[in-house]
Amino acid sequence: MSDSDRLLAYKRTGCGPARLNRNHSRAAVRSARLYGKMSAVLLAFMLLAFASGCKKKVPPPPPPPPPPQQTPEPVARLERPTINSFTAEPSAIERGQSSTLSWSISNATDMSISQGIGAVQSQGQRQVFPTSTTSYTLTARGPGGNDTRSVTVSVSTPPPPPPPPTSTPRLSSQDMLAQQAQDAFFDYDKSDIRPDARDALTHDAGLLKQIFSQDPNFSVVMEGHCDERGSAEYNTALGDRRATAAKDFLVQLGVPGDRIKTISYGKERPQCTEASEDCWQKNRRGHLSAGQ
Amino acid sequence: MKRTILFLSTALGISVLVLGQINVTVNKPGEKPSIAVPDFRGSGDAQRLMDPFNATLFRELQTSGQLKLIPKTVYPLQVPQQPTDLRPPVNGRSQGPWLTDWSGPPVNANYLAFGYTAVQNNQLVLYGWLDDVTQSNPSSAQLIGKVYIGTLDEVGAAKVAREFAADILKIFGATSLVGTKIYFVSSRTGHKEIWSMDYDGSNQKAFTAYGTITTFPVVSPDGTKLAFTTYPVRKGAGGKVIGEGQPEIYVHSIETGRKLVYYNQKASMNAASDFMTDSRHLLIYCTASGFSQIYETDIDGSGLRRVTHSGSLEVEAKANPKTGNEVVFVSGRGGTPQIYRMNIDGTDVARLSTGEGDAVNPSWSPDGQHIAFSWTRGFEPGNFNIFVMDVATRDFVQLTHGAGRNENPSWAPDGVHLVFSSTRERTTQIYTMLADGTGVQQLTTQGNNEKPVWSKATQ
Repeated sequence: MSDSDRLLAYKRTGCGPARLNRNHSRAAVRSARLYGKMSAVLLAFMLLAFASGCKKKVPPPPPPPPPPQQTPEPVARLERPTINSFTAEPSAIERGQSSTLSWSISNATDMSISQGIGAVQSQGQRQVFPTSTTSYTLTARGPGGNDTRSVTVSVSTPPPPPPPPTSTPRLSSQDMLAQQAQDAFFDYDKSDIRPDARDALTHDAGLLKQIFSQDPNFSVVMEGHCDERGSAEYNTALGDRRATAAKDFLVQLGVPGDRIKTISYGKERPQCTEASEDCWQKNRRGHLSAGQ
Repeated sequence: MKRTILFLSTALGISVLVLGQINVTVNKPGEKPSIAVPDFRGSGDAQRLMDPFNATLFRELQTSGQLKLIPKTVYPLQVPQQPTDLRPPVNGRSQGPWLTDWSGPPVNANYLAFGYTAVQNNQLVLYGWLDDVTQSNPSSAQLIGKVYIGTLDEVGAAKVAREFAADILKIFGATSLVGTKIYFVSSRTGHKEIWSMDYDGSNQKAFTAYGTITTFPVVSPDGTKLAFTTYPVRKGAGGKVIGEGQPEIYVHSIETGRKLVYYNQKASMNAASDFMTDSRHLLIYCTASGFSQIYETDIDGSGLRRVTHSGSLEVEAKANPKTGNEVVFVSGRGGTPQIYRMNIDGTDVARLSTGEGDAVNPSWSPDGQHIAFSWTRGFEPGNFNIFVMDVATRDFVQLTHGAGRNENPSWAPDGVHLVFSSTRERTTQIYTMLADGTGVQQLTTQGNNEKPVWSKATQ
């Protein structure tokens, strides 16, 4: 199939009258070139016939639906409308629960229920959600007169729900410190801040600034610890110097120094008690804990 | 039992040679006096107390380190119980016990302790004599003839034995340890507290109940005050313990047990280091200048005076008990902690230890000529051994040899014994030994026990 055929086919499918007319002549010319044997008149005629055929194919709008069939009950004239029943089940509810109104009416042409329910049919049910004790009045009117009946749904107030949980539990400053603060580790018999301790303390400085800004009364203790190998006396002094070195580093990073106290535990509070370098390294540390 | 005694006596003999190298005065110059101490017997009901009596008497004399005790296995069969039992031989024939039985071979004693016990007025009475058996007759031989009274039980038996031993030691110019106390740190209650015990490990009692960390005890030379370092407990709402404060110095009266006034410096660390010889001033190490340096204060903490001015950590200053104006201390100024000496005004600082390893815990001997200390020389960091150094010559001897960590030696008032802590039996316990490293005795077993200091006897 040639390109022009394809174009033609497409245009047919498109079926827009204005565009089709415009394209007819162009298509016709192309077709005339391609199919020289055909007379241009005949081709034009055929295409025109096509075009008109396209127009005819638009489906007619569907007929409107028939009017709803009313099947009025055969009413015996002059018979009085009667409400056979009108109940609310249950008749006592707690607020938030529902009650179902049920009714049955005879000989009425116009039936409605108060409280905004409006017109109803002669027989039916309706769920209602009154928020306070409410009387529903069913009125039935007919050629033979009126009938009304009322039901009352009494609504009691349930006990109040528990108060909503108080503000979402925010992580306490103490927990933040315990969970997020990083220890600064030291070399044996040294109190210099190593590169890894520098990173840990930089992290801690950010954490402390955050905690101090959200909790103006919070203070912290920088504990200095040592491994078990030195003497207890010397380690008390060494732990003090480690704690001070770590605190000074935090202060250099802008943490207020008056909210950091130092304390040396020497080797009195090891977090690891094995005699191995792994364990000793864990104990040579500056550790942040909550102050009071 | 006899085998043990023989071994220990032999060890004492050897100690003379070991200590000869540095002139540590475990022995007075010359040969130690040798003494024979045969078992005493009791009349009647007193006999049942004679085993503990004889064991105590022998141990007291032997552990003094001042005497050479002759093993009982070589004693003659005939033993005098009172001076009238001594009868000179007639024409070379023995008439009963005699002085030469003890001064001649195989005993070769210089002295003989003898006597007996009896029950009088429901009390135990000891009749004790000491004779110089090199003398020719009993009246010139007698050095001691004394009556001792105790309760009629093992406590009374040990008491009269100790008192008799103390009198014997006095004859030889030795100091008895009877009545001396050892203060130490024990964690047996779950917290480190200061405890006390008698010099032989008996009568162990808690001195403090602070419920936190209490350590580094030092005792005043007059034996009336104890200073130590405590992390004061911090209590929150409802008295609940919420942690510890920075370490502080506490001073207590030993007699009343009560805390005395002591004003700590505003510093992250105040630690008790030693009393000065007058018992009215304290050496402390404190971070008042930013890191630990040596200071001196009055007994109430006032009158702070800085002693060291270095850029390094300095701890454990101990005043020379003889001169009072010389101090040994531990400093990191040369790298690892080492022991230095200086004058009390901070001048003339000189390193005493060689610079090897960690050298810590100096303790002056009562004569002010030697220090005992802990040193890792020759071992890995943390593996301390006890050394004794002659401060004038800086010669030193090693007393323990790698059995556990051995730390915090403290000299006994007799200048012959040391108390120290060791982990040789896995837990940390307190031991005594002679200053030549022999005669080791374990004093504690419960919990962990450390930082002993030996106090003079007080009445």
